[in-house]
Amino acid sequence: MTDPRLLTVAEGLGEIAAGNMSGDEWFSAYADTPDELGAYLWRPQGDDRGPLPATAGDLAGVPVAVKDIFCIEGLPTTAGSRILEGYVPPYTATAVEALLAAGAGVLGKTNMDEFAMGSSNENSAYGDVRNPWDPVRVPGGSSGGSAAVVAGGLAPCSLGTDTGGSIRQPAALCGVVGMKPTYGSISRSGMIAFASSLDQCGPFTRDVRDAALLLAVLGGRDHRDSTSIGFPAPIALPSREDLSGLRIGVPRELSSDAEGIEAGVREVFDRAVALCESLGAEISEAHLPNARHGISAYYVLAPAEASANLSRYDGVRFGLREEADTLDEMYERTRSAGFGPEVKRRVMLGTYALSSGFYDAYYGSAQRVRTLIARDFAAAFDDFDLLITPTSPTVAFELGARAADPLAMYMSDYCTVPMSLAGIPAISIPAGTAEPDGGGPELPVGLQITGPAFSESLILDAAHAIEGAVGFDHRPKLQGSAS
Amino acid sequence: MAEELSGILEHVEAIGGLDLDGVEPTTHVVTLENVLRPDEPVPSLDRDRALAGAPDSAAGSFRVPSPQA
Amino acid sequence: MKLVPTIGLEIHVQLQTRTKMFCGCELEFGAEPNTHTCPICLGHPGTLPVTNEQAIEYATRIAVALGCEVAPRSIFHRKNYFYPDLPKGYQISQFDIPFGSNGRLGDVRIHRVHLEEDAAKLTHVGDSGRIHGSGASLVDFNRGGTPLMEIVTEPDIEDPAAAREWLALLRTTLRQLGVSDVNMDEGSLRCDANVSIRPEGSAELGTKTELKNMNSFRYLERGVEAEIARQRGIVEAGGTVEQETLHFDPTSGTLTPLRSKEYAHDYRYFPEPDLVPLAPAAADVEAARAALPELPEQRRDRYAAELGLNPDAARLLAFDAELGTFFESATAAAGAGVEAKAIANWVTGDLVALAREAELEPTATGATPEALAALVGLVAAGSVNRGGAREVLAVLVRDGGEPAAIVERLDLGASDSGELEAIVEQAIADQPDAAAKVKAGEGKAIGAIVGVVMRETRGKADGGDVTRLIRAKLGL
Repeated sequence: MTDPRLLTVAEGLGEIAAGNMSGDEWFSAYADTPDELGAYLWRPQGDDRGPLPATAGDLAGVPVAVKDIFCIEGLPTTAGSRILEGYVPPYTATAVEALLAAGAGVLGKTNMDEFAMGSSNENSAYGDVRNPWDPVRVPGGSSGGSAAVVAGGLAPCSLGTDTGGSIRQPAALCGVVGMKPTYGSISRSGMIAFASSLDQCGPFTRDVRDAALLLAVLGGRDHRDSTSIGFPAPIALPSREDLSGLRIGVPRELSSDAEGIEAGVREVFDRAVALCESLGAEISEAHLPNARHGISAYYVLAPAEASANLSRYDGVRFGLREEADTLDEMYERTRSAGFGPEVKRRVMLGTYALSSGFYDAYYGSAQRVRTLIARDFAAAFDDFDLLITPTSPTVAFELGARAADPLAMYMSDYCTVPMSLAGIPAISIPAGTAEPDGGGPELPVGLQITGPAFSESLILDAAHAIEGAVGFDHRPKLQGSAS
Repeated sequence: MAEELSGILEHVEAIGGLDLDGVEPTTHVVTLENVLRPDEPVPSLDRDRALAGAPDSAAGSFRVPSPQA
Repeated sequence: MKLVPTIGLEIHVQLQTRTKMFCGCELEFGAEPNTHTCPICLGHPGTLPVTNEQAIEYATRIAVALGCEVAPRSIFHRKNYFYPDLPKGYQISQFDIPFGSNGRLGDVRIHRVHLEEDAAKLTHVGDSGRIHGSGASLVDFNRGGTPLMEIVTEPDIEDPAAAREWLALLRTTLRQLGVSDVNMDEGSLRCDANVSIRPEGSAELGTKTELKNMNSFRYLERGVEAEIARQRGIVEAGGTVEQETLHFDPTSGTLTPLRSKEYAHDYRYFPEPDLVPLAPAAADVEAARAALPELPEQRRDRYAAELGLNPDAARLLAFDAELGTFFESATAAAGAGVEAKAIANWVTGDLVALAREAELEPTATGATPEALAALVGLVAAGSVNRGGAREVLAVLVRDGGEPAAIVERLDLGASDSGELEAIVEQAIADQPDAAAKVKAGEGKAIGAIVGVVMRETRGKADGGDVTRLIRAKLGL
């Protein structure tokens, strides 16, 4: 039989159903592979297991890796931060519960940028993650670990979170499929908060069909999350082979007019656009006039919400505490020792943006820009069924390349942030490979497809058709043993 | 750190200069209202579990250095 | 230049729901520390609040009872600051769009009412030597997350006594609504006061200071008094009052500034993204209004109009929750022939006075409402005179018991009228000079005859009845 690590989720389910493989065998194939990417922060070892796959349910026997931002009762959860070192949650995230109820098992907790703040997984307190395509390069972030395990044959699928692009961008940089569904479709209960009005959970898979399988299980209204609505209609498995009848827009602000898009990325994107046309889609230019303010609005809103969400890490009830004689000293030392520089930067930014006298200019304005961006999309969706953009302006960059320039790092999210602000769904699928500007290996390029709120089934359908025509090699870059 | 923060602020403060008159802020993304739960008790954590991760505890309580007067 | 005070009150009321505001932990006063907590009210990572529907129902009742406009749409805000009793590092509260506004209760306008969650309980230990380690604090999260309604008045109160009275009125109102047990000792009703002074006639208010957490009516009155005196002292000496937050120590009578970060001014409020807006249906608000029980002001008016109580008694009984209940119970227990007015007089007069002497609350003495009703009945029937009844009440207050039995035991029973007539006739016969003087117009001379009768009846006759009988017998 083929190496179980080459199976997609759908294929694996088929093999189990056919009696060719057991859930345990599939699980062990991954669990026994050494992690040379630094992608896992916790894996089952000896008696220290986590929830194992079951034999009943839509995902019976499916091993899933889970970003270390999701609380799982009894398993260590760090959110990539020193301040939660040793923290063991007394409860489990609803999204994870949904996977477990469907019969999936937990392969491990994946590495991530601290508190989901980053675009390269270089902000983890527990080490960098390497891109399976090239070990000197980043996998993207903040769900770098979750993307890397799927791309690197350490899991058939994984769970990540996306606040400004943290699923889509690493998916693009690692050559896998990553989807951020509509805000409110999947419960946030148990998902450690970064920016509450933007955070959403979503799957990493090797193909579009697998993404649909996972979304169908994850979605739903949860009484523990007041902002959750679930999917209004069941997620349909994709079936499209072409794009006939679809009007697809290409927003120039996020493609031709966007700054910092590498030549290779531009080329792959243009080819993808042409491909869509050949598949029968009606392609024309779309306009999102306020999308260019997305990064500014996002980097005010998200840090502002984060500054409040991270206030609970104060050394009082759980996590790290640094010894001190006075309360104030304890707070200061604990948070100083516990948070990395990017987190500190954003907490400071966020606190500033909410301060008396600055609220209107910063937070207030950002909330209004958010409205404008949402309106832009709504108007665009009057004329188009879907919009496409490059997911990331660049292919995977080298570790350390952007460490000195946070703003350059923030620009990684240029094309993904507007969808987050509007709360609409978006997927990234591999569309080809390209060399970085200045030369280097061929690295994956992602195509982003977005649609109106709750248009997941349409997006998956179109993505499936494009995926079929693009012909990207979806096999994982197996680590350790020969592929 | 200060330099980096200034750089970021310089970039983001551009939005303060946009014409946003008459544009409502987005305070809530979903259009739900009145999401409530019944006033029914749900079992609380056993005290041991509640205190399990506490860096310091005493007499069944979390213990911290005193706030200064 | 006369300086006049202006007082506004900020009251926090714990709502008597079964569970907390944003999680399903049960509320229980006095439980062992940290036995009613969960990941949500402990602020664990990844947890989210979900609003208690009963708290909203209670809030609606309060808002309509206080005559407020209920906001058709209100939202929650995060109020950010660090303190060990605040697990999330922010309190979920309401900021610029509160649940209700523009109301009135009695003479005081209500600025706003809003919902929020209570902080946990912080106890300082160390110097007491009870627990190892000095300079430490213990945190009990049982209370954390209790639903609170914050009620903020306009600065309409003009003196400390009025502040105390108004708070009593508010307390009675809330009690009648059944939304809280409003127990100041247990902290389910807490009061802060904003105090300022200004020259009489000046339209502009002076700088206000805030007195935190006065946990009894007496402390409120004294604290406000002390603060007014302090501010007066400053202004009269030519200084300016600084805005600050103060703590009043009732034992020493001193005011101390509170400087801790807990009272920082920039709370960086922003809309709570984890909760969706509240939009009470107009029909529900109307239903709440229709279902309001009789409130103190209506009750006061009814007592005066239907029961004929004088304004002061009506007010006292209507605005004081416990005394009013006592009065209602006594009236219900009273037999025919006993007027509510009579009961009201006994309750607001002698009972209150005797209780004060015994250093007890009027409703916490040995005298039950039923016993008081029976006693008033005995007086009405003439079985005991007023003086005797007062003695009986003193015994009831001290020891409890049945009035009829006490009358027996202490031999306080009034003589029957036939016997009395005979005694009066005899007394007149024994005092011919006095009788003559009375007939001649010297009213005061009747005293001698009355004295004889009272002696003969061993003080049990009713003085008023005796006087009337004597005059009747003398043909006057």
